[in-house]
Amino acid sequence: MSKVHVVTNVNGEPREMLCEPQQSLLEVLRDELGMTGTKEGCATGDCGACSVMLNGRLVCSCLTLGVEAEGADITTIEGIAEGSQLHPVQRKFLEHAALQCGICTPGFIVATKALLDRNPNPDETTIRYWLAGNLCRCTGYDKIIRAVQDAATELAHEA
Amino acid sequence: MAEARDYRAIGTRPVRPDGVDKVTGRANFGADMTLPNMIHGKVLRSPHAHARIKSIDASRALQLPGVYAVISGADFPSGAEGEISGEGGGTVSDLAKNIMARDKALYHGHAVAAVAAKTAFLAESALELIDVDYEVLPPVLDVDTAMADGAPLVDEHQRTGGGQGDAPSNIAAITKFERGDPEAGFAAADVVVEGAYRVPTAHQGYIEPHACTATLDEEGRATVWCCTQGHFDVRSMTAGVLGKSVGEIKVIPSEIGGGFGGKTVIYLEPLAVKLSELTGRPVKMVMSREEVFRATGPTSASHCRVKVGAKRDGTITAATAWLAYEAGAFPGAPVGPGCMSVFAPYDLDNFRIEGFDVLVNKPKAAAYRAPGAPQSLHAMESTIDELARKLGMDPIDLRLANCADEGTHAPYGPTFPPIGIKKCLEAAKAHPNYTTPKAEGTGRGIAAGFWFNIGMQSSAEVRLSEDGTVTVMEGSPDIGGSRASMCLMAAETLGVPYNIVRAHVGDTESTGFCNVTGGSRTTFATGLAVVQACEDIIAECKQRAAMTWDIDADQVDWTDGEAVPKPGVNIDVAPLSLADIAGNAGRTGGPILGRASLNAQGAGASFSVNFADVTVDRETGKVDVLNFTAIQDAGTAIHPAYVEGQMQGGAVQGLGWALNEEYVYDNNGVMENAGFLDYRIPVASDMPMIDTQIIEVPNPSHPYGVRGVGETPIVAPLAVTSNAVSDALGFRISDLPLSPPSVLAAIDAHDEA
Repeated sequence: MSKVHVVTNVNGEPREMLCEPQQSLLEVLRDELGMTGTKEGCATGDCGACSVMLNGRLVCSCLTLGVEAEGADITTIEGIAEGSQLHPVQRKFLEHAALQCGICTPGFIVATKALLDRNPNPDETTIRYWLAGNLCRCTGYDKIIRAVQDAATELAHEA
Repeated sequence: MAEARDYRAIGTRPVRPDGVDKVTGRANFGADMTLPNMIHGKVLRSPHAHARIKSIDASRALQLPGVYAVISGADFPSGAEGEISGEGGGTVSDLAKNIMARDKALYHGHAVAAVAAKTAFLAESALELIDVDYEVLPPVLDVDTAMADGAPLVDEHQRTGGGQGDAPSNIAAITKFERGDPEAGFAAADVVVEGAYRVPTAHQGYIEPHACTATLDEEGRATVWCCTQGHFDVRSMTAGVLGKSVGEIKVIPSEIGGGFGGKTVIYLEPLAVKLSELTGRPVKMVMSREEVFRATGPTSASHCRVKVGAKRDGTITAATAWLAYEAGAFPGAPVGPGCMSVFAPYDLDNFRIEGFDVLVNKPKAAAYRAPGAPQSLHAMESTIDELARKLGMDPIDLRLANCADEGTHAPYGPTFPPIGIKKCLEAAKAHPNYTTPKAEGTGRGIAAGFWFNIGMQSSAEVRLSEDGTVTVMEGSPDIGGSRASMCLMAAETLGVPYNIVRAHVGDTESTGFCNVTGGSRTTFATGLAVVQACEDIIAECKQRAAMTWDIDADQVDWTDGEAVPKPGVNIDVAPLSLADIAGNAGRTGGPILGRASLNAQGAGASFSVNFADVTVDRETGKVDVLNFTAIQDAGTAIHPAYVEGQMQGGAVQGLGWALNEEYVYDNNGVMENAGFLDYRIPVASDMPMIDTQIIEVPNPSHPYGVRGVGETPIVAPLAVTSNAVSDALGFRISDLPLSPPSVLAAIDAHDEA
């Protein structure tokens, strides 16, 4: 089967690639563009480790085809920090020890930023349900929730 | 002996040194490796739980363009020998047969062949073209059936205890501990409680699937990149399976995306090396989540019976435990540690413990966080809860009346040095979450947890750069913040700021031997090596200062990161800082290095007390955890946030096992829920905040009093949940998981009775 030419925009940069029709966006990001910050935990949309933003929507990149990225705007974990400045969500994850092994962390950070972009002041229940599609096996979620709450507070003060 | 004292670095909560890479996506995990010319390997797995492999024909697969090689059991040396070092133990022979079946496939998902091809997609397509002729055999799927007379045999050569005399059996080994006279103890009891408890197979559930990349050069030297809890053990296990020497293999650990014991063993590495040998190209292998569930280490399902007798004042007079654990297809269930843990929180004169390591046609059990203890202590702590009800005693008071303490002769042998169980119980009793009465319609459960912790071998080197910054090199994969702990202990010892110390995990050829990150040993044992290597640095710095000042080294003190003349040494010099000495090292003898290697003794037993309030929905059977409190003795918390993280993460893993997690099998031994949708681990919306209280009873065998903290947290939550649900319902459900269907069925059965 011949490859498909895809033109897309990743973290604000135009990218071109050839992808197999069956390749997921996750595989394209990792294997074709070398952007391995987005992780595979299940490849069935259950764990959220592969979370990216596609045209402003939070999606599992394992459930999206690479060819669907044609003409799209994609944000991955590599695009969350602004230059050499960590995003407040990244900083709060560090300060609260909200990661242990760190494999789920990129997905959580992308999902958290998506939440706070649309709801700057979520309560604990809202945060827990928004992040229910992101599995973490190390932390028990406590410190993640606190990091998100603290990031929301800081972003509210900045605004 | 270590005493509680004021520290400058220890006990603070700085950002971990590897943190920025992990929040930006730069950190490289197992599947992130890419090499030029790399090809991909995939594994063909048995569709039967028990089958004789009559033949394997790969000719159709090999005709597919882009398929480079196919291997099966015949490609590996037979007669691999030796024991596996490290936490789980076992033999190299069983390991070799587990990662590639020989004459029999012993569980659904057992590897029978592997393919290397240009792409992963092509390799997977090629698997369908490998023709395997199986003779399907009846599987044995649970511990009770496997122990019964006339059960199908998983291994026709297996005899109990490995002997040759008796008839073959699925019981691979029997463990026994006994003290005093249990029968007399029960006769002297006013109250006797006994129960039988079943805990299902559960998976460690690390989010990162197993992955490795391997190359073999023209001289036969292999390099392996992989995610593992112990790359030195990967090296020896891979060497054992392939019949190579460890000197022919270099293992480079990636970051590791969770392990919980499941990445102390290997599955892919020898296959990738063999495929690289046959193709002359680097081979990458990454498991799917389904493969992780079907073919990698779950922990044992178990059937435990516990009986406890006590006087009316609560004094326990006798206890017995009968513990049967599923090993999976090869010997090695964690029933030994299960036996050693079952009564560990208590001071008992009369007891008997029997454990059975039982083969079944399921994946070979691997270590899972405090291996074996959650199952047996679920039985014991449920029984203690029933005893408290019968006696009308507060469950904490009953435990305080019987708990182990310094000087107690532990059921598994040693006499305890200072331990924290009593302080944890007292802290629980005083905790506001406990003194607040439970709300109407809720249930409260409490239980104790325990893990031995281990020491084992570690090495560390500490180097000074010319500006006085400090590099720590050690060989324990950082699975949850251990680099930060190493930096804190180094900063404390040297008397320098945390932020000038960086810790690194070296590969098998760039640092000295370290056993696995397992057994809650890393902060204790590798930390001890780091502290000793820093002391080596201090001794050297004192030498260099003495040389500079033209005095004897024993006239120099090390204070707050500086060399100073000892009080009474009459010279007028300014103190020399670490940076001063490092900057001048070229003129005083050359670069400054410290090193240490050890086999750490005195790991220090770890105890916890947990409690929680729950509600049970009698219409649906759903259990909600309203609050959870974890109290644990950490010896000394080096980085308290990561200690709390271990307590919280272990609590939620235990709650998942108690509430939902189980391997569901059909009658043919096929796991029916091999994915995160159906094997449901806790998600954020299932859980409350996990309140923690760290107790510090310093471990006398560590300069800063460290006890391992990683494993104990998973132990108590199983019985906490059972006890809380029993309290809410007014009757006990003995078996786990307490999932909605099983709770509803138990409510219906109870209402009918």
